[in-house]
Amino acid sequence: MYRSHVLVCGGTGCTSSNSAAIIEAMESELQKQGLQDEVKVIRTGCFGLCALGPIMVVYPEGAFYSQVKVEDVPEIVEEHLLKGRLVKRLLYDETVNKDEVKSLKETDFYKKQHRVALRNCGVIDPENIDEYIAFDGYQALAKCLTELKPEDVVKIVSDSGLRGRGGGGFPTGRKWSFTAANKADQKYVVCNADEGDPGAFMDRSVLEGDPHCIVEAMAICGYATGATEGYIYVRAEYPIAVKRLNIAIEQAKEYGLLGKNIFDSGFDFDLHVRLGAGAFVCGEETALMTSIEGNRGEPRPRPPYPAVNGLFQKPTTENNVETFANIPQIILKGADWFASMGTEKSKGTKVFALGGKIKNTGLVEIPMGTTLREIIEEIGGGIPNGKKFKAAQTGGPSGGCIPASLMDTPIDYDNLTAIGCMMGSGGLIVMDEDNCMVDIAKFFLNFTVDESCGKCTPCRVGTKRLLEMLDKITSGKGTLEDLDKLEDLCYYIKQNSLCGLGQTAPNPVLATLKFFRDEYIAHVVDKKCPAGVCKDLLTFVIDREKCIGCGMCARNCPADTIVKTDYTAPGHKLPSYEINADKCVKCGACMANCKVNAISKK
Amino acid sequence: MLKKISKIPFKGTEEQKAKLDAVIKECSGDKSLLMHVMQEAQDIYGYLPYEVQVMIAEGMDVPLEKVYGVSTFYAQFALSPKGEYNISVCLGTACYVKGSQEVLDKISEELGIESGECTADGKFSLEACRCIGACGLAPVMMVNDDVYGKLTAKEIPEILKKYGA
Repeated sequence: MYRSHVLVCGGTGCTSSNSAAIIEAMESELQKQGLQDEVKVIRTGCFGLCALGPIMVVYPEGAFYSQVKVEDVPEIVEEHLLKGRLVKRLLYDETVNKDEVKSLKETDFYKKQHRVALRNCGVIDPENIDEYIAFDGYQALAKCLTELKPEDVVKIVSDSGLRGRGGGGFPTGRKWSFTAANKADQKYVVCNADEGDPGAFMDRSVLEGDPHCIVEAMAICGYATGATEGYIYVRAEYPIAVKRLNIAIEQAKEYGLLGKNIFDSGFDFDLHVRLGAGAFVCGEETALMTSIEGNRGEPRPRPPYPAVNGLFQKPTTENNVETFANIPQIILKGADWFASMGTEKSKGTKVFALGGKIKNTGLVEIPMGTTLREIIEEIGGGIPNGKKFKAAQTGGPSGGCIPASLMDTPIDYDNLTAIGCMMGSGGLIVMDEDNCMVDIAKFFLNFTVDESCGKCTPCRVGTKRLLEMLDKITSGKGTLEDLDKLEDLCYYIKQNSLCGLGQTAPNPVLATLKFFRDEYIAHVVDKKCPAGVCKDLLTFVIDREKCIGCGMCARNCPADTIVKTDYTAPGHKLPSYEINADKCVKCGACMANCKVNAISKK
Repeated sequence: MLKKISKIPFKGTEEQKAKLDAVIKECSGDKSLLMHVMQEAQDIYGYLPYEVQVMIAEGMDVPLEKVYGVSTFYAQFALSPKGEYNISVCLGTACYVKGSQEVLDKISEELGIESGECTADGKFSLEACRCIGACGLAPVMMVNDDVYGKLTAKEIPEILKKYGA
């Protein structure tokens, strides 16, 4: 028995800020103090509060240390683990209440969260199957194989109201029933872990923090649909997730939880991991299957749907990581329990990756129906630096944005679709007044132009033309007529593209046009970028009252456009400088080099 | 995405070839493992030059055209060698809204190369990447395996100096 447990986050965010070195230092320091048999160090998955990483939690006290450095480790061991005194300067300030440590669950960040898919992340050691089993792991599989018929399993999943968490929101139970109904000598289960939306990392955190849960859920799906083999298609950019998945599969095989005759039920199930190679379109289900088969990841027309003709031309059920992560709990706690959370048509919880201009960047899991305001202002801690909230982008390159006026919309599949946005896989990027919405639309179009696979013309050529029009607008050459053309082309691409990538590619443009048309008009009519982002529309100005005449700007100007004037501001010794706007190339070098912040862009 | 094909002569060793042959031998029975073999090959050689693609096509018994098709489709496969230090700047959404484009521009200016290129001495290569998943640290860049987070363009010269720029 250990008297203390030290949990250190080993997710990608914290690993990037050196949590592996912290674990090493912790272990060697414990050795040094002779505590190795009393204190156990565990590398867990993501805690969610990535903004404060690297994170370390010490139990039984539940002390939450944030932004820990290697140099802090001896102090934590000496003070906390040896002498029993908390290291207050490292405690997350929200968990300190006078002299007591508050539970994490009471902090604003965790209070409104409800963890189903993420329940084991930051709690167990993902590389140890025994810890997963201790938290009811593989019990759902045992229940299915020994007590339930395949059709009962499908019914439970259907009754729970679970919908696909990858973005589409298709009812999971119905998907399973389609595959189950088709007879074939071989069927497959595929897990889509090709999380391509830039800025979303929910699936990665589940795979890193709780890989066994996906293994278990896929075996359950296999049993329910009659499949005996499964494939997990995961991004090669997620090395930690890949490693832990492989470990989990090996351990499950060793324990007889994968392989032949699982739980003596006669059911066989085997899993393979396949790595993606960086293609956004492979998140589309038919493209993903084509890629597993070893080809260029081009989508196939549907129908036939994967339930009839999927991987290797066999009936296939494909679900996203987060969808699978809900399954074991639904089986164990029942459909009613799951259906009691969320809104009428969207049950359960949803994980969001909060990023961008928000204080608490990280992962949050909330019941469906929570409003954007609660997520941003309460859980997320608001916008830093006293800036104003402008919009939240959901659904990545296929999604739209939610403006401030709609912040009280309860978030679920149907409400988001109704306002011209989409749930997407769960990336939620917050933007403030310094972000230009036209520029954001252009950013996403750049992405889709790069990622369009080229198979169908509306997407390949259409997105390129869209990008050119946006370029024209942000460089100040756009006309009002262009805005109408832009909109027409968007609808054309949506209607005529072959797969989900093309059908949703214009969404960022349509959503920004709908909610931020005034910004487009400012670019087109006034030739101004209100947020001060689009370089071609900016003018750099020196405030002659603030300028001390040091000449740094003029020396750094690559175009020699800055000259001395004959005006000297009161209180200053040297004459001020000014910029010749006609010759200015708008590089911003003057502003970056001004020591007294006398230069601004307008 | 248009890929730049390297004009640098191929310098593979016997040892590398033996490693690749072992991978191919293990996988040649299952053509769906083509991408896996290519990923292993890229680990061995650092990139996928024409010569390596030919070895894979022959070993796996698939047309060279298919290997080339796959190698040009996926962003991960490189047809040019990378520098001793490969810098990738994240241009994912979370990093972009926090100014990663400025970081990329600054590196480009300091090294005199565009994204996708390598410096003449082979020391640095630069690329823009999609989300490495450390969004809490935005904006982020990686120099080989070292991660730098919460960056500003101003810090770039100092960081590059560490690698001898």
